[in-house]
Amino acid sequence: MNVVTELKTILKKNVRSYGMFIALFIIMFTFSVLTNGVFMSPRNISNLINSMGYIAVLAVGMTLVIVIRHIDLSVGFLAGFLGAVAAILLTQYNLPVWLVIPIVLVMGSLVGLFNGFLVANLNIPSFVVGLAGMMVFRGALLQATNRTGTIIVPNPSFNAIGNGFIPDINILPGYHLITLLVGAVSIVLFVVMEFRARNTKIKYNFEIMSMPIFIAKLAFISFLIAYVTRILAMYNGLSWTVVIVLVTVGLYHFMTTKTVLGRYIYAVGGNPEAAALSGINVKKITYFVFASMSMLAALSGILYTSRLQSATTTAGTLFELDAIAAAYVGGVSAAGGVGKVTGSIIGALVMASLVSGMNLMGIGSSGQYMIRGGILVVAVIFDVMTRNRK
Amino acid sequence: MDKQSQNVETTQVKTEPTDYILEMNEITKEFPGVKALDNVNFKVKRGEIHCLVGENGAGKSTLMKVLSGVWPSGSYTGDIVLDGEIQSYQGIQDSEKAGIAIIYQELALIPELTVYENIFLGHEIQKHGLIDWNETIVKSKELLERVRLNVNPETPIKELGVGKQQLVEIAKAFSKNIDLLILDEPTAALNDDDSENLMELLKELKTEGITSIMISHKLREVIKIADTVTVIRDGQTICSLDAAKGEVTEQALIKNMVGRAINDIFPKRTKKDIGDVALEIKNLNAHDHVSGRDILKNINLNVRKGEVVGVAGLIGAGRTELAYSIFGNPRDYNISGEIYMEGKLVDFKQSGDAIKAGLAYVTEDRKREGLILIQDVKNNISLANLKALSNSGVVNENKEITVAIHYKDALTIKTPSIEQIIGNLSGGNQQKVSVGKWLFTEPKVLILDEPTRGIDVGAKFEIYTIINKLIEQGMSIIMISSELPEVMGMSDRIYVMSEGKITGEMNAADATQDKIMEMATV
Repeated sequence: MNVVTELKTILKKNVRSYGMFIALFIIMFTFSVLTNGVFMSPRNISNLINSMGYIAVLAVGMTLVIVIRHIDLSVGFLAGFLGAVAAILLTQYNLPVWLVIPIVLVMGSLVGLFNGFLVANLNIPSFVVGLAGMMVFRGALLQATNRTGTIIVPNPSFNAIGNGFIPDINILPGYHLITLLVGAVSIVLFVVMEFRARNTKIKYNFEIMSMPIFIAKLAFISFLIAYVTRILAMYNGLSWTVVIVLVTVGLYHFMTTKTVLGRYIYAVGGNPEAAALSGINVKKITYFVFASMSMLAALSGILYTSRLQSATTTAGTLFELDAIAAAYVGGVSAAGGVGKVTGSIIGALVMASLVSGMNLMGIGSSGQYMIRGGILVVAVIFDVMTRNRK
Repeated sequence: MDKQSQNVETTQVKTEPTDYILEMNEITKEFPGVKALDNVNFKVKRGEIHCLVGENGAGKSTLMKVLSGVWPSGSYTGDIVLDGEIQSYQGIQDSEKAGIAIIYQELALIPELTVYENIFLGHEIQKHGLIDWNETIVKSKELLERVRLNVNPETPIKELGVGKQQLVEIAKAFSKNIDLLILDEPTAALNDDDSENLMELLKELKTEGITSIMISHKLREVIKIADTVTVIRDGQTICSLDAAKGEVTEQALIKNMVGRAINDIFPKRTKKDIGDVALEIKNLNAHDHVSGRDILKNINLNVRKGEVVGVAGLIGAGRTELAYSIFGNPRDYNISGEIYMEGKLVDFKQSGDAIKAGLAYVTEDRKREGLILIQDVKNNISLANLKALSNSGVVNENKEITVAIHYKDALTIKTPSIEQIIGNLSGGNQQKVSVGKWLFTEPKVLILDEPTRGIDVGAKFEIYTIINKLIEQGMSIIMISSELPEVMGMSDRIYVMSEGKITGEMNAADATQDKIMEMATV
């Protein structure tokens, strides 16, 4: 009985973060049924995850921007423009990939610093800064692709970022062995770290979950990792895109939850006045968040260009809105101060699953847009209602 | 009640029958845990200027909110009788319809709109469903003439000074055919000339038969203009004084406003060991370029180790602005003057510098400026000194929890857990979290701004006990407070502020409420 009440309080306390998972499961299950299992096939899941990479990294950055009560509309065309810059550096200047990537990321960061300066020092609404940036980078993208039109990138190592998979040793037929090993190692690491955290808590005499629930939680999450790993291993294994997204999310998750910087970002979002009076330099935080956003836009541009193996004149169109929608679906609050990076990734997965599932079912893009709009509103209604119940 | 009847000795039995425009009878208004108004009787004669005075928090504004319908009929007990008829207002619209207009301290004008647009905002003159601007401008001119304001009605409001804006507010009130005008501290933001003008206008309006009720902290003004003065204290009517009978004197007003015994709600400090000067402020001036006012004028102040320095004064005297100016100036005032910490000249560019130097500031408005309400107790306590809990930028969460539990126990913060969202705690416990947050920065000088506002008596006592403990550990405390008993009961030394200046300094032993009130109302 005790376990049941504990489970209830845990569920109640986390209804918002679990709600998104439940929604994702419902969507995946529904599409599986409607498509006779094609949706959950290894090939489709692999495609789905790989095709959302460039939106996922934008959603990570957008989470922080919305948390500090701003918005950045420039990131779509900035991603498109910087993707074109990468293509030009590779094809016309013949620079190596390992040099092009950091150059483009630094360019992105500098653009973000400038945006942050306009917002924090000159008090220009971030909406306006973003809108202006959107026009400027759209123009810059057209300018960059003006001479040649679409820029084809024939560089195989660059194109592997968006299309390649991690290497494998072919021992186990039908499975990608290294992927399975990566999955197994992450499960072991996860379990060991959870136990260590639990032991420190016991040492300090802090509140902990009861043993059965703790074990159940470990088993459940381990099963999830194992299941996803298995699906991916049955196709081509882990793609480089997934690796990049996982590393990005991991870094940002660590930064937002474990570091002083992360705390400051949420403090500024929760109450800027109180944060300033607590000795936090609000301007610096704003610079950082905008710089990180634009750096991730550069990464998004690299992923997209690599995936298409070319830079097109319309690259980046509406990326920013997809990223914003993913963040809102993932529980980021427009009022500021609330929202997790991992939530936004789940949000991006929800939106990508909708697109993929509806494509499989043969629903036209007109219907798809309307349904996605509806889901966005429903997700935010759910978010607002669970918040107000407190 | 016995004690009260002694105070009411000055209340006169009215012999001649008088025509009351307004009678508020036995008004009682309760908020959770507090009786804001307790059987208040308030009677206003037709055509007089009636002043309502009392300390901060005495209940004046609540009474006016009851009258204007902000607190609707049913949320209080007692009767409002206007022109002999019992009224039951559901909202401000109802009281306006009955001819009552209130002008608040914070003016409700829209800066970007013109004078005439503001005057008729919300009840535009219409013809066939369209606004008749010509008629509006003509009417506006008449109204402006009536309040003796000589400006072009097409001037945008933002180009007018505060004094003239106030007159526009009054003109706006007249556009609704009122016969009872209520002004809530109308001169608080005005300079002497503008105040003088306003007083003249009220007198002239009196000859036109307009009745005015004025809430004011400035006793000289009250004495000059009032026909009758009602004093409110602790939610009760203390007395009604008649100017014609010579009852309205400064002594009588102050005596009735403060006449409360300081009982032993203040815990005694066992050890008194006052040391060297910890913080000294010399010739501090501050100018707020947003409002265009000089908010601090030549402030000199110091606090020693192991000393509580009280800063008394009325709302708007510049006390919070003083705290901001010392604490890294986050509101970007133009500041001149010198600040010394332990004898060394310091220059704080932002609040972080002040914190590093050993200053801490528990803000007046803990919800807006003090706490992050959507975060938990633990995060709020650690925020101002997070670096002490971190290793190369990574927060040590175990240490953080230990710290939070330490302050929860030391300050007896009543919360189910340190992971409780702080918006769910009571005011007193929120305040203790605020104090805990700043104690964790290990300050040398702690500035407390209205430390007990909006919290119950028990929690107040606990806050006072904490203050005493800190002082015994050798901390210096600057306590800004509008509650005179608190200032006198807790301080070693008291500064009094009025209109951005320090108007007095005294040892707590020599302080009386009358003396402080006199300096605060200069």
